[in-house]
Amino acid sequence: MHPAFSVIFFTVASGAGFGLISLLFIADSFKLGGGFSREELTIGGLIALGLIVFGLLSSTFHLANPKNAWRAVTRFRTSWLSREGVFAIAFMPLALVYLASIWFDAPLWLRETVGFLTAVLAWITVFSTGMIYACLKTIRQWNTPLVPANYLALGYASGSLLLLLGAVRAGLDTTPYIAMSALIISIAAVLKAIYYFWIRSPGLTPTINTATGLTRAKVKLLDTGHTHGTFLTQEFGFKLARQKAGLLKVVVFALGFGLPGVMLVWVFEQQGGLAAAAVAAMAGIAGAAVERWLFFAEARHVVNLYHGAQRC
Amino acid sequence: MRLGLVIDLDVCVGCHACAIACKEWNASGTIGPLSDYQPYGAEPSGVWFNRIRHYEMDEYPNNKTVNFPMSCMHCEDADCVTVCPTGASYKRAEDGIVLIDQDKCMGCNYCSWACPYGARELDRSSGTMKKCTLCVDRIYDENLPVEERQPSCVLTCPAHARMFGDFDDPDSAVSRVVRERGGYPLMPELNYNPTNTYLPIRRKPVIGVETKPKGGLKESIKQFANRLVRR
Ligand code: SF4
Ligand code: SF4
Repeated sequence: MHPAFSVIFFTVASGAGFGLISLLFIADSFKLGGGFSREELTIGGLIALGLIVFGLLSSTFHLANPKNAWRAVTRFRTSWLSREGVFAIAFMPLALVYLASIWFDAPLWLRETVGFLTAVLAWITVFSTGMIYACLKTIRQWNTPLVPANYLALGYASGSLLLLLGAVRAGLDTTPYIAMSALIISIAAVLKAIYYFWIRSPGLTPTINTATGLTRAKVKLLDTGHTHGTFLTQEFGFKLARQKAGLLKVVVFALGFGLPGVMLVWVFEQQGGLAAAAVAAMAGIAGAAVERWLFFAEARHVVNLYHGAQRC
Repeated sequence: MRLGLVIDLDVCVGCHACAIACKEWNASGTIGPLSDYQPYGAEPSGVWFNRIRHYEMDEYPNNKTVNFPMSCMHCEDADCVTVCPTGASYKRAEDGIVLIDQDKCMGCNYCSWACPYGARELDRSSGTMKKCTLCVDRIYDENLPVEERQPSCVLTCPAHARMFGDFDDPDSAVSRVVRERGGYPLMPELNYNPTNTYLPIRRKPVIGVETKPKGGLKESIKQFANRLVRR
């Protein structure tokens, strides 16, 4: 699949934003490491909302006809893309009420309830983003529960690193934040590893024989019938060499999980905590971006069978 | 009603006439225009609803060229419709035709991801998704003589490799030919239940390939001499 920059930016930025605000709620309710101040919580929440809004805006650059984008919320009953839109929109006022209840010192029950709902909706929205891809039967590499799991794990990993950065800046006891980051990053790394092993042979896939129904003998493409590329070859024809994919997987692990892990230890040992936390957050997000690019580049749509691929 | 096409792979000669007729009719039809990019340039490309690909089955000397026309299959369980977030893609209950409302489409490409058959193509100049309409504006046109109320591709095919009809009616010509010739859907394992059906290539006796007869002693001497004496 053709990796579109706007979609990569959208899923990485909004994933980090949704992760950050969910974990911010946890940090707020349990007063982790002493607890953030009112201002710090509000600023953190606004940064999360900024990431989400920028992400959503960038996703509209992917549309060929954005003037009809408002209609995208009308098919909630069947389309995961529509559900994602609805949940993201429902999330916004809740998140704003939550931030307002922090800022204006609203009664605790209100703050907790709205915060909880905000966190749950953030979770559901990221899950829906993953399901946009996971529900497609035409792309075997995406059609697995591992995909929404990965979207959630990476979104929350990025969010936890941003939160840790905030905790270091605020001068809190960072131990619970480091523990939380370490846990989520480990889960994300394990899930990603399982996924990478799984897509090496993702089960039974259609072949050129079932695609053409010519099952009695070997089939090969003679001619695609067009002189230059078509929409189909541009959208689905992207190919990535196995070696390059392997190299990028190493980058994903080193940048996305390894480096942040080392930096967590560094922060724990208090050797220039702020710089280390910043490096961890940046590396985590950059790793997630490489992961997302690879997620698209490695996916192979069955339409390639009609363009000569023997199996997908 | 469940309208669709039957394509006889045994008969299709791969002339692309159906694709041209389709483009001609639909470019000025309900969903048109169908943009072309650089039509006379170095890299011509554009929107087509019907594409013909060519495959080779088996190996020499048993090989056979198969011409393979493909357009929208008007699937019964069409994910292209369910994934569409705007409601632009829809399937008509009365005849099973899958259409795209050009006034609602936002050009997100999601439906084209969901289609296994490559039937949907984005028109870059209108920013909307386009696909085969089964010539919905022809087949119901009462101003046309009855025999012309058929999709353009079917009418134009010089080899009569295409048939159009109602698959819900067991006595229709399409249902009968599918029964008799063992018509099959493409990629059945994805469970889209495509309406369009393909008729298989008939098995024919393999034509023997004679090896070149060996020359006699005289021929061998001549060849030997030729190799020795270089001109
Ligand atoms: S062939 Fe593709 S576009 Fe046509 S109905 Fe089936 S899934 Fe949809
Ligand atoms: S491209 Fe248009 S028809 Fe296709 S899913 Fe998006 S809005 Fe629906």
